[in-house]
Amino acid sequence: MTDATEASGASVTKRFLYVNRKAPHGTVYALEVLEMILIAAMFEQDVHVAFLDDGVFQLRKGQTPSALEMKDFSKTYRALEDYGIEKIYLERESMEERGLTTDDLVIPAAVLERKDMISLIDSMDVVLSA
Amino acid sequence: MLHLVNKSPFERNTLDACLKRAAPGSAILLYEDGIYAALSGTSVADKVAKATNAFDIYVLGPDLSARGFEPAAVIEGVQTVDYDGFVDLTVEKRGVQSWL
Amino acid sequence: MKYAIVVNEGPFNHQASDSAYHFVKHALAKGHEVLRVFFYYDGVHNGNKHSAPQSDDRNIVRRWSQLAESNQIDLTICVAAGLRRGIVDDVLAPGFRISGLGQLIDACIDANRTIVFGD
Repeated sequence: MTDATEASGASVTKRFLYVNRKAPHGTVYALEVLEMILIAAMFEQDVHVAFLDDGVFQLRKGQTPSALEMKDFSKTYRALEDYGIEKIYLERESMEERGLTTDDLVIPAAVLERKDMISLIDSMDVVLSA
Repeated sequence: MLHLVNKSPFERNTLDACLKRAAPGSAILLYEDGIYAALSGTSVADKVAKATNAFDIYVLGPDLSARGFEPAAVIEGVQTVDYDGFVDLTVEKRGVQSWL
Repeated sequence: MKYAIVVNEGPFNHQASDSAYHFVKHALAKGHEVLRVFFYYDGVHNGNKHSAPQSDDRNIVRRWSQLAESNQIDLTICVAAGLRRGIVDDVLAPGFRISGLGQLIDACIDANRTIVFGD
């Protein structure tokens, strides 16, 4: 893989990974990292989004936080593809531990085995954790 | 990759989350409350000692001493570094991941 | 090395801001460059000039301001996260400025290393 971190010059493409490990609504991280991802989409970088551990719950469909007067931002994940963010991964082991299947998700997303998640993470130039 | 773990293994699961996803040969720095994972004689000490076979594990000295521990309290195989060492680790490894 | 630093938490509640500060100081002392320190989520509170800790404790906000001044470090508060939390221009401590998330991404692209300090 190319080590873009040492590249210089006008145009650099880096491998970005957003790591989401937290459940939605109990903290703000899921919402604000999504805003960051949407902005990042405009910079023509190689963007990847990974959902691990409780982060897989962010993509669960049927969220209705309105009774709590909180924002339902789960539908915003559907916009990621329109923004060119297609490399979205959930970790299989995290889903299984939490009883989630791909039928429960608000968007189609690739499910990665942990061993492949390990390689994916290790290949990144920039990792932004929420 | 350099992996950063800043929470106690008795309070949060970020140490485990990191150990499960770090590629062999990675470096792991335990800092802030993460230093508790570096101490010998705890219920996680064996796990961390075993992990030193796959990873280079470091603990941040100033965070150890802030919490009342000397480097001698640290598991054998875990290296104590200061902030200069922390900086050097980030130079040595091509990426940094914080387990939050 | 050129660094982009991200601070996700506010002063005092978490050690994140302290750790970021000490890292930046040591990186600079070793001759590295810190392109930007970007404050997001509750990290925006690090820019609030009204922070008034007890006199026998470190003044985290002022410390960042002094570091910015002595080393020309760019301290950027995210505009959207700041608005959510009431961190706007008229409460900003010296050395801080408010800008968009694009500044974070720019810094990550230009830097050799990006480090996130958070909870």
